Amino acid sequence: MTAFTALLARDMRIAIRVGGGALMGALFFLIVVTMMPFAVGPDLNLLARIGPAILWLGALLASLLALDRLFATDHEDGSLDLLMMGRMPLELAIAGKGLAHWLTTGLPLVVISPVLGLMLNVELKALGAVALTLAAGTPALTFIGLIGAALSVALRRGGLLLAVLVLPLTIPVLIFGVAAANAAILGGAAFGPPFTILCALSLASLVIGPFAAAAALRFGLE
Amino acid sequence: MQLSAENLTCERGGRTVFSGLSFTVAGGEALTITGRNGAGKSSLLRMLAGLVRVADGRLVLSGGEAEATIAEQAHYLGHQDALKSSLSVRENLAFWTAYLGGAAEAVPAALEAVGLAPLASLPAAYLSAGQRRRLSIARLVAVRRPIWLLDEPTSALDVQSQDRLAGLMQTHLAGGGIIVAATHGPIGLAAPRELRLGQ
Repeated sequence: MTAFTALLARDMRIAIRVGGGALMGALFFLIVVTMMPFAVGPDLNLLARIGPAILWLGALLASLLALDRLFATDHEDGSLDLLMMGRMPLELAIAGKGLAHWLTTGLPLVVISPVLGLMLNVELKALGAVALTLAAGTPALTFIGLIGAALSVALRRGGLLLAVLVLPLTIPVLIFGVAAANAAILGGAAFGPPFTILCALSLASLVIGPFAAAAALRFGLE
Repeated sequence: MQLSAENLTCERGGRTVFSGLSFTVAGGEALTITGRNGAGKSSLLRMLAGLVRVADGRLVLSGGEAEATIAEQAHYLGHQDALKSSLSVRENLAFWTAYLGGAAEAVPAALEAVGLAPLASLPAAYLSAGQRRRLSIARLVAVRRPIWLLDEPTSALDVQSQDRLAGLMQTHLAGGGIIVAATHGPIGLAAPRELRLGQ
């Protein structure tokens, strides 16, 4: 087993064991989306119109939920020191941790989004499109979040700081995610352009996130 | 193989912890670092492990792998055990073995060497402080790296485990390895050289 797959397997295993945060994001997502019709009323047309925005906001908040502990737990138990002493570049190790986090937190959001879409009166044929936008966009949320997680690693109440740091950076993802989802549901605008930009944001954050997070960790642990 | 430090200076939080520190350790030798609390013993070990920036001076390893940094050829046993409570004893060690570049076959033997083989399937959450310490020592046995950086390695260990650790250290030295250990007392090595900080 290579160092990368070992780290990936270990982080996923910790996430799905007792005390891990694997399904917390999905449950939070479920609750946020369930409460929304109670807040805005049972007007089906209104729900259908704001449905994609609700799904995307819910996914955004849910994907940040467990992120603040990503490096903090490794920092507290000394694992981070050893992760830095491996033969694998720290950037790659961070990418592995980010991937494990997305597989256990982001992917469940994508999988349950069609069910939640039904609750918001999203048309059947558009459910797949919304899930597709989430699948393309949630990696960006995780990998942008890595930067905030690395910056807030040594702080005790890092969770709040993480949200303050990361949420503004995710605005482009939100804009193009909702635009693509709306195009799929309401028609009128083309689905392709916003979706391609969403994919581009994800790919760019896959590259920038680990490098920025590694720089932040190295600087912060001095 | 020889690890040498020339005029090392360490700064933490704007304060100079030590400066002008020079020493040399050759393969097969052990160096113990002693000194009062706050003299910079742990900082020196973390500096050797590449976890603290070298403010001034330099560290040179001759006779090691040319391509790898000192940190990549060293084991660091710090105050924390780097164990995950929800993983079993075996899973914890197997992860670090794979991550640090060792072979999976070395895991059972390493658990045997620290006397944890009967507890291999137990989640690490149920281990005592001494057992956690032994599990992190098993990492040093499972993956071969020539330099051992040990920060008070005998803390929390009972007499039998201290003897076992001394045996492992002697084997490591006999194989040409280097040990740099921060300690307040004897760690069971015959004639280690001593570096006294804070004088």
